[in-house]
Amino acid sequence: MDSGKRLLLDLYRRMLLIRRFEEQVRKMARRKVLAGFPHTYVGEEAVAAGVCAHLKETDAVFSTHRGHGHALAMGCDPQRLMAELLGRATGYCGGRGGSMHVTAVDKGLIGCSGIVAASMPLATGAGLRARLKRDGTVAVAFFGDGASNHGAFHESLNLAGNLALPVLFVCENNQFATHTSFASVTANPDVASRAASYSMPGVALDGNDVWAVHQAAEEAVSRARAGGGPTLLECHTYRTVGHQEHGPVYGEYRTKEEVEAWKKRCPIRRLRERLLAEEPALAELLERVEHQVAQAVAEAAELAERSPYPEPMVSEEQAYAG
Amino acid sequence: MRDDTPRQNASLKGYTEAMRDALAEEMRRDASVITLGEGIGPRGGNWGETAGLYDEFGPERVMDMPISELGFTGMGVGAALRGLRPVVNLMFVDFFGEAFSQIVNQAAKWHYLSGGQASVPVVFWGVMGAGSAAGGHHSGCLYPLFMHIAGLKVAVPATPADGKGLLKTAIRDDNPVVFLAHRMLWDLRGPVPEGELIIPFGKARIVRDGTDVTVVAIARMVHEAEQAADALAEQGISVEVLDPRTLVPLDVEAILASVEKTGRLVIVDEAYSRCSAAAEISALVAQEGFEWLRAPIRRVETLPVPHPVSPPLEAEMLPNAGKVVDAVHKAMQDDCGRRTQEGATHE
Repeated sequence: MDSGKRLLLDLYRRMLLIRRFEEQVRKMARRKVLAGFPHTYVGEEAVAAGVCAHLKETDAVFSTHRGHGHALAMGCDPQRLMAELLGRATGYCGGRGGSMHVTAVDKGLIGCSGIVAASMPLATGAGLRARLKRDGTVAVAFFGDGASNHGAFHESLNLAGNLALPVLFVCENNQFATHTSFASVTANPDVASRAASYSMPGVALDGNDVWAVHQAAEEAVSRARAGGGPTLLECHTYRTVGHQEHGPVYGEYRTKEEVEAWKKRCPIRRLRERLLAEEPALAELLERVEHQVAQAVAEAAELAERSPYPEPMVSEEQAYAG
Repeated sequence: MRDDTPRQNASLKGYTEAMRDALAEEMRRDASVITLGEGIGPRGGNWGETAGLYDEFGPERVMDMPISELGFTGMGVGAALRGLRPVVNLMFVDFFGEAFSQIVNQAAKWHYLSGGQASVPVVFWGVMGAGSAAGGHHSGCLYPLFMHIAGLKVAVPATPADGKGLLKTAIRDDNPVVFLAHRMLWDLRGPVPEGELIIPFGKARIVRDGTDVTVVAIARMVHEAEQAADALAEQGISVEVLDPRTLVPLDVEAILASVEKTGRLVIVDEAYSRCSAAAEISALVAQEGFEWLRAPIRRVETLPVPHPVSPPLEAEMLPNAGKVVDAVHKAMQDDCGRRTQEGATHE
């Protein structure tokens, strides 16, 4: 099999793992075994998969309240991730972070934040360190369309652009900031066009085309590693689930028809169709991948649910390092 | 104002100069220490607090920032998460509000929420305090806001030696530290011991010993308390003045030991009276030292009004030595009818 095909299969597997994991998360949320409020990534998998394929554990990813996809794409163990969502001791953060605040430093996921737009100044700081140490690492800030209207977006892009820092600013434009239509509250909804104001390239992409994301990210990451400075990627995508579980998938803010139309543009289905069109014999391999991923997720969920809760010991000392 | 730090093997330095020295020494010692803020590069900082550092360390470690407090504070936090030790100079504590979310939601919480995977060794440096008619946006003593947030430490030096020793400790601490210098002390000169000077957090300084009343004072108020103590000594009242030096961690043991000795407590705090450091200390002492108290705890604080510019208005709202003397008089007059440890009621 040629390397290009192998790469596409790897992307397929990454996206599928995210999708099946998130579907499992949704099931567990309905059974009320999850702690906290999960915001799932269903429909947006191509962005995480396409960007993180170029990242190493030595890079620095900062994500959002909708971060499970980035965590898995950076190589997090599904079982430890699920345990974290269930508030168990074996979770990455010992149950303290939960869905919105996952940190897995060893995997390069420096952290997820429940505060919109927080990822951008933080990634800019990681980029500052990378530039000072000249270690060839990059920092990535994932954020949504809503965050692109936050002051931190403008301040971070100005800092990163002025200092030529190795940062990728990846806007996952799923068109809604919680339940508010992005276009309706934004003077200039062309997020990528804002990059020019901050002296960096801005690229608008079909965020549901994992290959397009992969290619654009490859160029941005290698430019950053080589000292060429930051890039803003605007990935147009769509979450076919609610903002969070227990929230409306559609209703006042969008129609069922719109959701169904986007499901037909599913990034996983599109890649599957492309692979099978190019090589029908791959069908069996894809079945095997489907089966392996399903099994991995089922095992992860089962093990996580059997994991112990942390000891109920809380002290002020724990809030401080050293 | 004067500084009663012991003078053996010490030379006289200015308050701001001593903090500058601390930063320079730490930057020489550890290449991961950087500093960033508005006008701190070639200009040397609003008060000269980074004078000479740009020439010595260059623009990669002494960085002039745009007016983007949220952005560059978060940048400092992100750099700290990755192992640098930034001193983020926010100029005035009143500007910390522009960066509040990155300080209290990000820097303060990352260590705990990550299950200990990450630490945030960042210092947020600022200048606080009223007395120069700077008005409502440049006069605050906002440390209570930061004392309240789990995961932060808060340092409030009153002397050049403490400014130097506490800043070094702050930089070496693996936790986020809010470090607030007082603007009215900027040219206070005092003895700074030679050689390495590390002052631990959570260790109060007994500024002067006394037996009749404990006066706990913060930052510039230490000097007001000293003036008051001089005046009270002439009246035969022996005042023990205690400077906590850090508000988080707070040296509660030293305060309690003093109250056990004197039985009376007056706290002088330039923060607004509502939910001030004095309020916190009062509650702690009332809970842990109740048996020793011969009088209600008294607080001398700033009236909760935005700082006006007009000097007589500003002077009226602030605590001062005269108000401390009044508060001590009241504390001496009060008598809860308590027995002392020896068994006799206080006369």
